[in-house]
Amino acid sequence: MNRWTPFEWITALRFLKEGRMQTIFIVTAVAIGVAVIVFMSAMLSSLQANFIKRVLTSQPHIQLIPPDEFARPLRPPAPGRIAAAIVQRPAQRIRSIDQWQKIKSQLSEWPDIVTVSPTMTGSALAVRGAASRSITLTGVDPEVYFKIVRIPDYIVEGQPRLLTDDILIGTELAKNLGASLGDKINVSAATSASRTLTITGIFDLGNKGANQRTTFVALRTAQALSNLVGGVTTIDITVNDIYAAETIAQSVEAATSVEADSWIKTNAQFFTAVNAQQTSNTLIRVFVGLSVAFGIASVLIVSVIQRSKDIGILRAMGTSQGQILRVFLVQGGLLGFLGSLIGAAAGGSAVVFWHAFMRQADGSELFPLILEPSLFINAVLLAAVTGVVAAAVPALRAAKLDPVVAIRG
Amino acid sequence: MAENTPVLRLDGVCKSYNIGTSIEVEVLHDIDLVLQRGEFVALIGPSGSGKSTLLNIIGLLDRPTRGRLFIEGQETSKLNDTAITKLRSHSIGFVFQYHYLISAFTALENVMMPLLVDHAFPTNEMQQRAADLLAQVGLTQWENNLANNMSGGQQQRVAIARAIAMNPALILADEPTGNLDTKSANTVFEMMQQVNQTNGTTFLLVTHNMDLARRCHRIVEVVDGRIVTPSPVRDST
Repeated sequence: MNRWTPFEWITALRFLKEGRMQTIFIVTAVAIGVAVIVFMSAMLSSLQANFIKRVLTSQPHIQLIPPDEFARPLRPPAPGRIAAAIVQRPAQRIRSIDQWQKIKSQLSEWPDIVTVSPTMTGSALAVRGAASRSITLTGVDPEVYFKIVRIPDYIVEGQPRLLTDDILIGTELAKNLGASLGDKINVSAATSASRTLTITGIFDLGNKGANQRTTFVALRTAQALSNLVGGVTTIDITVNDIYAAETIAQSVEAATSVEADSWIKTNAQFFTAVNAQQTSNTLIRVFVGLSVAFGIASVLIVSVIQRSKDIGILRAMGTSQGQILRVFLVQGGLLGFLGSLIGAAAGGSAVVFWHAFMRQADGSELFPLILEPSLFINAVLLAAVTGVVAAAVPALRAAKLDPVVAIRG
Repeated sequence: MAENTPVLRLDGVCKSYNIGTSIEVEVLHDIDLVLQRGEFVALIGPSGSGKSTLLNIIGLLDRPTRGRLFIEGQETSKLNDTAITKLRSHSIGFVFQYHYLISAFTALENVMMPLLVDHAFPTNEMQQRAADLLAQVGLTQWENNLANNMSGGQQQRVAIARAIAMNPALILADEPTGNLDTKSANTVFEMMQQVNQTNGTTFLLVTHNMDLARRCHRIVEVVDGRIVTPSPVRDST
């Protein structure tokens, strides 16, 4: 016996040791439950991180766009008269954000904002020989914009270089136009301005539609093609805390009087999916936790019945009800703790194994491996607490045993 | 405690049980009993006479319905469970017919158990005291054996060592030799006598063995819940 180990711990440990098979079985059951929780939680975190990474490396956290144009009736009705009017919504032409340079410098000083990139977006037609495709032409300042949308990461051929006559196109567009790196294509904007540009890079955004339509040119090129020299149609922003994007967007909107859309707003469906996943994961955790708790409780109830004579003797020797209670609470806690240690290790190993063997078609990882220490600490603590809570009923039953009845058996 | 204060005094102790909701059966009637320090008393009586109930009440495992019980001069009827547990731990030792050692522990640990429960001494002192007690009952070589690996007589000797671990004033022995062969029964009885003489511990021994009962200082007989042979207190010196 250890010099410092109290009676309750010594007795609990000995009881668990003596009921070896029961202990092994319930520890295994707890371990399986915790392993499932750890595996699922780690997988979910990794997949979510992967989704978020994919979403947020291909779009800004917040995008500022000019407010919609609306029609204002020029003749308000005279006092005392009612005028019936049909107000038609005007067509939204491409136009620049008013005083965008001032807004840009204002946003650059905002503490929550990391990057501010003015862009010029418009539609155009890409023509090469007999082939033509409609495209979205995005004019960017590559040094800033590529910090927001990591185009260099998606380049499969060439370089992410954007000089005045350069263009980056997607793999699908290159295929449709029969163009390859270094080829020239003619880009005609809706304003009937056109320019011949050289393909300096071909990218793959992982989405067929995006690879067909999206193209990047230098900001000045896009401004010239759109006939909006010196103007920008959007300002793209990244922020420190991606989950605060919507709040920041609202603040920006209030401060600048331009429309600000956060990635949270524009990816509402994604968030619905994440919430659904989290809900199902929580439900699974609750049910696994309940089954673990009932498992521990049932084993300890059997133990109380088996050990009623021992409990009676201990009571006769002067053991208090509180001490008996603690003996069984400690057993519950230890079962939960030991099982969760093994389960956390098993769950973590399973995630590592899964990550190592599950690959995408191109051999890259299916999801980033994210094993937060807090997941393991929380799982172990939660299981230990569950064990103690589950042991409460058998422990109370043990503590309330009448020693006379217990000894008589 | 004053030297002449009885270790145990029962004044008009009654015990009744409810059978069903309304019928009350009295199993002990007006029991008066006094045990002085150092006495070795046999409690005899036919099965079902109320001996075990009386022993449970004296051992503070059960409470009387009426009457008063004094342990070393302390009246027990108004004590709460914590105080009862403490009094039991310090003043009363138990030896049962089926020895009831805790199978998960070794002989040494079983003897240490009352000390451990009470946090009586530092662990090394507890171990030393338990080892001394096992030596006193002749089981030094068995101290690291689990209880299940010992014979009935040996287990009963461990139980005696455990009962005297806290140096209680009173030991209640409920047919401690009832399950042993004659030789082992004799050894166990002599061991209790030795403890009684060496430590001055009072023994109340429930037995059906009249040979052993006659070797005690006096015999108290219970029949139908009443003491029928209240013999005078003998000088135990």
